Amino acid sequence: MAAIEAEGLRRTYKTTTGVVRRKSLEIEAVRGIDFQVPEGELFGLLGPNGAGKTTTIKMLITLLIPTAGSARVLGLDVVEQAHEVRKRIGYVFGGERGVYERLSGYDNLRYFAELYGVPPGEQRRRIEYLLEVVGLKGREHERAEGYSRGMKQRLHVARGLLHDPDVIFLDEPTIGLDPVGARDVRATIASLTEAGKTVLLTTHYMFEADALCDRIAVISHGRIVAEGTPTELKRGVAEGTVVEVEVFGGVDGALERVRGLGGVSSVAIEEREQAQVLVVQTGPGLELTQAILGCLDGAEVGRISQREPTLEDAYVALVTE
Amino acid sequence: MSSLRFVGVSWLLQFKMIMRSPFDGFGNVIYPLFFATVAFFVFRAGDSPRTLVYASLGAAVMGMWSSVSTSAGSAMQRERWWGTLELLVAAPRHFALVLLPATLGLATVGIYNLVATLLWGRLLFGIDLTIEHPLLFALSILGTVLSFGGLGFLFAVSFVRFRAAWVLGNFFEYPVWLICGFLVPLALLPSWVRPISWVLAPTWGMSAIRESALGGTPLPDLLLCLGLGAAYVAFGVLVTDRVLRAARERGSLSLT
Repeated sequence: MAAIEAEGLRRTYKTTTGVVRRKSLEIEAVRGIDFQVPEGELFGLLGPNGAGKTTTIKMLITLLIPTAGSARVLGLDVVEQAHEVRKRIGYVFGGERGVYERLSGYDNLRYFAELYGVPPGEQRRRIEYLLEVVGLKGREHERAEGYSRGMKQRLHVARGLLHDPDVIFLDEPTIGLDPVGARDVRATIASLTEAGKTVLLTTHYMFEADALCDRIAVISHGRIVAEGTPTELKRGVAEGTVVEVEVFGGVDGALERVRGLGGVSSVAIEEREQAQVLVVQTGPGLELTQAILGCLDGAEVGRISQREPTLEDAYVALVTE
Repeated sequence: MSSLRFVGVSWLLQFKMIMRSPFDGFGNVIYPLFFATVAFFVFRAGDSPRTLVYASLGAAVMGMWSSVSTSAGSAMQRERWWGTLELLVAAPRHFALVLLPATLGLATVGIYNLVATLLWGRLLFGIDLTIEHPLLFALSILGTVLSFGGLGFLFAVSFVRFRAAWVLGNFFEYPVWLICGFLVPLALLPSWVRPISWVLAPTWGMSAIRESALGGTPLPDLLLCLGLGAAYVAFGVLVTDRVLRAARERGSLSLT
């Protein structure tokens, strides 16, 4: 039995525009996705903002009811058996919200331990243990409003693990953290699967997904566009080449011309200090540097380089298709 | 047992949060004293010591009610702002059990309002309040606090479903003063208002407090007050699942 299963999962939101003449709109956030996560796996859900990652997680943790399709966690239906699902899952999201700022870190954990029915005799031991794990020991009696972003994030992780859940959902848990804070949280995540937990993780950081995830599903515009191990996803673009061209001045107009060149599989722009870098993925064995430069309309060009594709390139190619 | 413990612990933590907010704290200290001052000045014109005692008790319960009605809505709104509402809903405890300690915590702050108003009246206006039945007076206060908590709970359930419903908390603040006889005897109100007064627990709570303080038979009023409070809670529990399902269908839990 898979720990997490989604079948034709779909979710639309209704919204309105206008003040006097109100118009009802239906937005499709998730357009029918299927995936399975076996027990003990760390599964990554990757996609740009608005791709449907958080909506998917919220359906799986029973906060949203799917418009169509079904989902099961540990064999339990997330709509019909929501109460049972909630007992066995943990949910951690990124950012500074979700904390009672006026309470101490310890009181925050105590409240959620009660909320999740952790037996009174075990609460203290469990809280002390998790404070050690997330590195908040010694600061637990300070009010959470004085915590740094990283400390709040680590408090989130401890909260999500209080009741020792079997399945843990992590929605961008390292967002906005400094490199050291993010590394600590990643180390904690890695230890979860070692303890036999099933983890569904969303992240924007490709190296994080590469380092942590057993398998990844790339989600774009509410659909899963690729699924596999990080190696398999990289292999999809591994035979091509990535050409990076540093350009000073606008390149927006050139984007469509480059995209129209034969053999180009994806084009993206990255901002690097004063320059914009045109990142072009080409098919195997093609030399398109001159053709790309020809599309730039005489714009001032800096460094030009070629390299092997990374997982990030695979991701960019998938979500810009 | 586990549920009772949960209500106890979360009441304590809710109370801690309320008391740690400087703005809430300041408002809770000062606000009821303004009500009391206005009421004392108005009723002093009547030049009857008994009327002043009547007003003193009414003003005290006014403060209690204001603390519950306005704060129950803003408490839910704060959970939305803090991003904790979703975490509470995603937890396995019945959501009704999560809401109840929050509103009870607010109602408890109301006890301070009551004591502060009575002391204010004693110190500044020389209103000497002699309690005829101290035990029943204490029980009446407790019963009124619990029923206010029940009504606040019912409000809070609707605030989860309708984001702008916190405005209703403010809206209900003043009509209840009037309809429930906090300052004006119900007999003076038009007869069509009375059925509305009868279904509101504050009416009976107010009456029980006055009867026990001034000498009378507070027990029937107290029982009615507690019964209505329990009915609000029962109704709230019944509709909580429906309200939450609607919010999960609409995707409105994460909206602020």
